[in-house]
Amino acid sequence: MNQFQYVRPSKPKAAIDARAKDQNSQFIAGGTNLLDLMKRGVMNPERLIDISRLPLDKLERENNTFRIGSMALNATVADDKQVLEKLPLLAQALNAGASAQLRNMATIGGNMLQRTRCPYFYDTALPCNKREPGSGCGALEGYNRMHAIFGFSDKCIAVHPSDMSVALVALDATVLVSGPKGDRRIPFGELHRLPGDMPQKDTTLEPGELITAVEVPEGPFTKNVHYLKVRERASYAFALVSVAAALQLENNIIKDARLAMGGVAHKPWRLTEAEKSLVGKPATEATFQAAAAIAMQGAKAFKHNAYKLKLGPNAIVQALKNATNVA
Amino acid sequence: MADSTPDSKPENPECGHNATRRQFLKQSSVLTALAFTPGPVVQAAAAEWDEKIAAPFEKVGLKLAVNGKNYKLSVEPRVTLLDLLREQLHLTGTKKGCDYGQCGACTVHVDGKRVNSCLALAVMQDGREITTIEGLAKGDDLHPMQEAFIKHDGFQCGYCTPGQIMSAVACIREGKADSEGEIREFMSGNICRCGAYPNIVAAIQEVKTGGQKV
Ligand SMILES: Cc1cc2nc3c(=O)[nH]c(=O)nc-3n(C[C@H](O)[C@H](O)[C@H](O)COP(=O)(O)OP(=O)(O)OC[C@H]3O[C@@H](n4cnc5c(N)ncnc54)[C@H](O)[C@@H]3O)c2cc1C
Ligand code: SF4
Ligand code: FES
Ligand code: FES
Repeated sequence: MNQFQYVRPSKPKAAIDARAKDQNSQFIAGGTNLLDLMKRGVMNPERLIDISRLPLDKLERENNTFRIGSMALNATVADDKQVLEKLPLLAQALNAGASAQLRNMATIGGNMLQRTRCPYFYDTALPCNKREPGSGCGALEGYNRMHAIFGFSDKCIAVHPSDMSVALVALDATVLVSGPKGDRRIPFGELHRLPGDMPQKDTTLEPGELITAVEVPEGPFTKNVHYLKVRERASYAFALVSVAAALQLENNIIKDARLAMGGVAHKPWRLTEAEKSLVGKPATEATFQAAAAIAMQGAKAFKHNAYKLKLGPNAIVQALKNATNVA
Repeated sequence: MADSTPDSKPENPECGHNATRRQFLKQSSVLTALAFTPGPVVQAAAAEWDEKIAAPFEKVGLKLAVNGKNYKLSVEPRVTLLDLLREQLHLTGTKKGCDYGQCGACTVHVDGKRVNSCLALAVMQDGREITTIEGLAKGDDLHPMQEAFIKHDGFQCGYCTPGQIMSAVACIREGKADSEGEIREFMSGNICRCGAYPNIVAAIQEVKTGGQKV
């Protein structure tokens, strides 16, 4: 790992100032993604700003909204009784990610800002537009088994690896941000961006902006929810495809629906049209199949990830079945 | 040597936080020329960086309690907790498998929580309590989990074992060991290349159902 300077401001404002003043600095929270990338030379900040002890780790509930501090640990949130009761989809998605040890280190803010697991991005000997703009996308014509089927560009076909983010986009979360220019709120679906011509930019955050919290409305999705993660082994692996499904049922008729996918795009992929198709229908396999077909419209595969065109809809149907106990 | 003095010995005044800043001031003209203007100490004062500050190449003061013993240390910011334990404190029970958070061989407890010490910077653990595999037994009395691993042959080569045991103790304390399935899921951060998994699960189940305090 390269040498770097280490500072630990005690107030968010000082952290933001430090970050804004120095382009070559990075915030470090749990460090589980950043240190991994620094050890491999993928990211080389000259200064780390330790934000892990900022007083931003509270979990509050007010006016039917959860406000989860960005420094709250993944494990703490996943185990929280109120989260388990009111936001079970979020708890499931958190527990599907990484390992028990990593969830004890990883923060909520860091989780949403973790970088892609594209193997070309991780290997500094290979071309990658995200790591080194203009060097080319190694995955486009290379080994693209893990890559996107939606929203990619010819500059980058990587996917966002966070499980938690798939649940948060489905649950209409809002990201609270403080920056040099003040505070703002970002709807979760607008935090991550599509690669377009600038794959080096993962999110819509401005330089120096610090995520302070995420707000999640309670909503009616306490019972019929399921986070389905398909991976190459039973646990402790990134998703090939994942699905966050949440339904509100009344006499087996779907009153409201939320659906999002992971492992398919540069951002957590909300399936709004498929959601609409579910509302007003009975919770049956036929309804779910029809929604899955709508969800997959416009999907396009590369040489090694065509399996996702089949796995995707199957995973959607299975997640909806699991959420509703339809056999 | 002076880098790892247990508390019983006289404190090394150069290791305290203030001393760090003093040392820093001594060197800051050189560093300013090297890396940044104005000097970070000045910036620190302006921006209320009232805690740690360290330049590249400079060691930072750090207090840790490891297995019940207090240490005043000084480390480079880039040193991981794993390397600190192994290289500076010579606690080599904690293993380095992958160094990237993928295997769990480096699992230790920080303030009672199991973590991968290879992905934790030592400087970020200032003031915390660390327990390693060396700190689990009480004198000559092995921890019940250590006993159970021996009884059930929970290892072959033994390389993953310290991490498995630290993780297993935490798994029970977290209340995540109620069934074989739950144990397997919540122990999935510990890889065993020898494939001793069935015996590891059996050891954990025995300790769990045995009702001993872990
Ligand atoms: C072996 C392994 C397996 C994994 N498996 C999974 C998995 O299956 N599913 C999954 O979802 N994840 C997985 N992960 C990733 C893990 O979830 C992330 O590394 C973790 O969530 C990142 O959180 P952190 O606090 O450690 O972030 P850090 O590493 O500290 O930070 C990540 C990035 O976010 C920035 N940052 C952090 N906090 C803030 C903030 N509040 N405001 C602004 N910027 C900020 C940092 O500057 C940095 O660039 C895995 C990781 C490993 C090592
Ligand atoms: S897919 Fe994106 S991250 Fe992967 S090599 Fe191409 S540009 Fe890099
Ligand atoms: S050495 Fe830390 S997880 Fe492998
Ligand atoms: S006993 Fe050999 S790696 Fe687990």
